[in-house]
Amino acid sequence: MAEVAEKTEAAASPEAAAGTPAVKTVELRKKFGRTIALAGLSMTVPRGEVFGFLGPNGAGKTTAVKLLLGLLTPTSGEGWLLGKRLGDLGTRRHIGYLPELFRYQAWLTASEVLTLHCELAPLPRASWKDEIRTVLETVGLTERANDRVGTFSKGMQQRLGLGAALLGEPELVFLDEPTSALDPVGRHDVREIIRGLASRGTAVFLNSHLLSEVEQVCDRVAVVDHGRVIAEGTMDDLLGGTAVRVRVAGLAQADKNQLAKFGRIDDEGEQLTFASLDPGRVPELVATIVSMGGRVYEVAPRHQTLEDRFLQLLEDEEK
Amino acid sequence: MPPFLVIARLTIQESSRRRLLLALLILTLVVVGFSAWGFNKITTLTRANGTPLPPEQVALLTSQLLIVVTFMFSGVLALSAAVVAGPLISGEVESGLLLSMLARPVRRSEVVIGKWLGLAALVAVYAAGAGSLELGAVDWATGYLPPHPVELLVFVAAEGLVLLSVGMLLSTRLSGITAGVIALVAWLMAWIAGVVGDIGTGLQNQALENVGVVSHLLLPSDGLWRGAIYAMEPDTLIAAMRALGAAGRANPFAAADPPPTQFLAWVVIWFALVLSLSIWSFRTREI
Repeated sequence: MAEVAEKTEAAASPEAAAGTPAVKTVELRKKFGRTIALAGLSMTVPRGEVFGFLGPNGAGKTTAVKLLLGLLTPTSGEGWLLGKRLGDLGTRRHIGYLPELFRYQAWLTASEVLTLHCELAPLPRASWKDEIRTVLETVGLTERANDRVGTFSKGMQQRLGLGAALLGEPELVFLDEPTSALDPVGRHDVREIIRGLASRGTAVFLNSHLLSEVEQVCDRVAVVDHGRVIAEGTMDDLLGGTAVRVRVAGLAQADKNQLAKFGRIDDEGEQLTFASLDPGRVPELVATIVSMGGRVYEVAPRHQTLEDRFLQLLEDEEK
Repeated sequence: MPPFLVIARLTIQESSRRRLLLALLILTLVVVGFSAWGFNKITTLTRANGTPLPPEQVALLTSQLLIVVTFMFSGVLALSAAVVAGPLISGEVESGLLLSMLARPVRRSEVVIGKWLGLAALVAVYAAGAGSLELGAVDWATGYLPPHPVELLVFVAAEGLVLLSVGMLLSTRLSGITAGVIALVAWLMAWIAGVVGDIGTGLQNQALENVGVVSHLLLPSDGLWRGAIYAMEPDTLIAAMRALGAAGRANPFAAADPPPTQFLAWVVIWFALVLSLSIWSFRTREI
């Protein structure tokens, strides 16, 4: 079995200079036995960018993050973080990580957990107090600084984990489902924190199911399915199409099936949403519905959401 | 502070905060108190004619009773070490506790060594503290002190460290419960294999004797326990056992000879091997 990467020296890399991307991978693959978890991940995340990594359950998102952090060893392929090969110990001084499965020492207080991470990071001892005070304030745990983690709700533990990931002003932060345990206020706070990181030039690799969240904060997005990137680009690139909602009565299921030639349809009874339709084809769509005997009450074009696009991409992939 | 010392400190801190140390302290005080009372009763025993037992007989009885009490004590220590070491790494991998720590510039070898050092320090301090307390209580109650008290404590602590090391090795790959149970069963089997070896010595059967030898090499806990027994026996008893020849060496609760130097050297190598294997096993584990 290959050893999990743990190297101390910077591996020779053409990228190993200032100005290198925050993340770069070339055909990164990971197999667990016969299961292919990641089937050749190639991507580049520039420094200072908020990058959304999307995909359905089991798509390989967490595997990708663990490979990037050196917690797993790739079966093949290469990757660099901040210009150094994956697994380089020194690079980890400049990285923050909030795992999807977040758990912290229940017998320690929030301050003690953060102190532990300051020690392991390692940060200069003189800066610990200020660092801890700042991140506690950022994640809204100042009042609970001296309470044991065992008494925290899941949401508060996730806030603590986020705080630990922010210690030492890292150059790159991996957030794996950072709002999974948070209420709407907490989610809003996390979005603000991510925007704050971006404003000071920190790259953020955001792994999330919550598409609206990704849409609001990410500069660029990659959609991964079955271990492969199926789409990548800026929000504008990905959300170029227009969705059209039609309120219609009098259509049989067979008629609706025929309308599939206008693209993917979300069928909610009398409300049909065409996920990506050229606005120029709207008259043709209405004429077709009328010719089938349908009665059209409303036609409302709207910008495609990331969710529309995401579902469309997955559907195209299935075909 | 280097990461392995941070992790060692964290391991000790966890035992303290989870009140494991407090529980052990209270239980030890209760056991030492009861055993002191029991040992004191030996000094009040009389012969059939009403005269008190001579000091040699009191010493002999005390040494034998002390061996039984120490057997229980070392058993508790070994059991505790196995139970605590079982989930030492796997528990934290499964819960996700190690994920954020391993994303820091920390080598996995430092995690293994730190955790081992933390628990080893607890085992050593507990063995030394509780053992000294028990020996002090026995000395106070009967006036008997084993001939080699320091060696006794070292052997008892080393036996606990063996179980700790095995539990931690298994913990790098198996779940906490599985690792703890396997370590415990291995300890019992090693003891039984040692008894089988004694039977072989008594019967002068080489095959049975080899069972004991091989088990001492694979898991030196029983061999170390024999060292602890030897350290507790008065010279008169050792001389009597040696006079009996093979039959005198066929008792699992007695030792006519100290552990051979080669065996003690092997124990050092064994610790190095098991720790190295633990490091390799954890470094190659994907989490």
